[in-house]
Amino acid sequence: MSEVSPQGGPAIEINGLHKWFGEFHALRGVDLTVQTGERIVICGPSGSGKSTLIRCVNQLERHQRGSIFVNGLEATADPKRHEAIRRNVGMVFQSFNLFPHLTVLENCTLAPIWVSKVRKVAAEERAMALLERVRIPEQASKYPGQLSGGQQQRVAIARSLCMNPKVMLFDEPTSALDPEMVKEVLDTMLALAEEGMTMLVVTHEMGFARQAADRVIFMDEGKIVETAGPAAFFDDPQHERTRSFLGQLLH
Amino acid sequence: MRLADTPLPTVSLGARLRDQALGLFGSPLNITLTLVVLAALAAILPSLVQWAIIDAAFLPATPETCRAETGACWSFVIAKHSQILFGIYPPDERWRPALVCVGLLGLLIYSVRPSAWRPWLAGVWLGMLAVVQLLMGGGEFGLTPVPTTLWGGLPITLILTVVAIGLGFPLAILLALARRSDLPVIRVLSVIFIETTRALPLLSILFIASIMLPLLLPEALLPDKLVRALIALLLFAAAYMAEVIRGGLQAIPRGQYEAAEALGLGYWTTRRLVVLPQAIAIAIPALANTIIVMIKNTSLVLVVGLFDLISSGKAALADPSWNSPSAETYIFVSAIYFGLCFSFGRFADSLERRSKVAR
Repeated sequence: MSEVSPQGGPAIEINGLHKWFGEFHALRGVDLTVQTGERIVICGPSGSGKSTLIRCVNQLERHQRGSIFVNGLEATADPKRHEAIRRNVGMVFQSFNLFPHLTVLENCTLAPIWVSKVRKVAAEERAMALLERVRIPEQASKYPGQLSGGQQQRVAIARSLCMNPKVMLFDEPTSALDPEMVKEVLDTMLALAEEGMTMLVVTHEMGFARQAADRVIFMDEGKIVETAGPAAFFDDPQHERTRSFLGQLLH
Repeated sequence: MRLADTPLPTVSLGARLRDQALGLFGSPLNITLTLVVLAALAAILPSLVQWAIIDAAFLPATPETCRAETGACWSFVIAKHSQILFGIYPPDERWRPALVCVGLLGLLIYSVRPSAWRPWLAGVWLGMLAVVQLLMGGGEFGLTPVPTTLWGGLPITLILTVVAIGLGFPLAILLALARRSDLPVIRVLSVIFIETTRALPLLSILFIASIMLPLLLPEALLPDKLVRALIALLLFAAAYMAEVIRGGLQAIPRGQYEAAEALGLGYWTTRRLVVLPQAIAIAIPALANTIIVMIKNTSLVLVVGLFDLISSGKAALADPSWNSPSAETYIFVSAIYFGLCFSFGRFADSLERRSKVAR
């Protein structure tokens, strides 16, 4: 496949990225390189541009300046290029966004069958294996509306993994969940991290960041303010804004 | 397990009767309403039964039978049913439109089962339309040619309905998508078409198709009068259904599009497999409403000289040897319309319940 990056090259390379929503300057010159297999947690106050940043990676948002390379492919304005990039990038949303008119299994096999042209039987086999991995194979024939929020989010993760992505994006995956369901989703994400998946996770779950992240990024006002390993980030933050944000988070 | 498979709670007959009694006599208001309705029924029913059954004329189906009775003249409907159903189609050839009606209704009934929804069903329908044209028009396989000017009655109503809605529906989907398109030219064209069509009365569109077009187009390019009316109905139905479908589309959250895009699905795959199934399910009640109106709108083609069910009933009444029993004729015709529209309403209802299970 031509989309594959050269061995050992960065999974994602972002240079001088700017994004405006009308007058609002959401991203103000972001540079970020993510190596293959790296797990990165992005945090920051609301409106800091962290969701916008990862939505630019799979081009759900178009940037206006700067460049993004995903697995060696540049994100241009060409819709065909967007589809090529998305084939290797999975995304998990805050509000799950499962397809309510399809069963759990059909949610998982839709893209493999119609995008990757996998045969139905093979797609179902792989979907069942992944539902097994997120520990809900018994729900395969149910509709999303019949599942709890935590179960729905695990299905959403399995649905993304069915496309065999090289990079996974998580946009506040536990923010819409009741507290007792957060852990089952985080456990699934931890397992994924241990298997070496390249992950960009926007979250305020600092326990997850400590346990799984290679780097933690703090964003504010559309810029990356601070980047550090989790130990240094939490125990010895360098910037005043990082300190006050962490202070608010812990109280 | 699907919700539909859940057994209904069983309620004892006594409890059900008690619920019914409470509904009818549970409060002063309910008691009053029940009594008013009973009084109205008592005032209407006896004379209705007297007219429609006791004093009615049935057989033998001759004018004399009707003159001998004071009630409804069903003899006329019995004697003239073939003319009411098939209009001025040559009497010896009426087995052909009869076969067309049976075929169309049969295929309709077959097609309402979701398990029949396969891509080849569209091909079967196109084949069916070819068969309809062949049977009605003749000219091949030793069938006497019958020009469309002689077609009439129920087959006209069924053909107009099936084609206007069957072809209008896919067109409506395209119009609805076009109206929400990011491409300005496509969006503007769709808006102009929908708004213009909605702003004109159906009658004037039918007049344009049947009277204005012959003035504008050379005869060689002019389609048949039936085809012109068909296209007019189809475009009218499409404009209305497009707006109903657009309403459904607006109810689909942005996250559904984003999830589909993030999985790498393209524009048409996203629309076909993710967005439209949900949007149409949401729009079912309003769509059914529009379609039922369209079934009855087909009767307006009488103004351009096509003999649908109502006009052929009216034509049958012109026979001077009968005392023009119009109430009986229109009751007969209404019963057929009721059968069509009511069945469609039940079908839409079952679809709606089916789509609710999946939520």
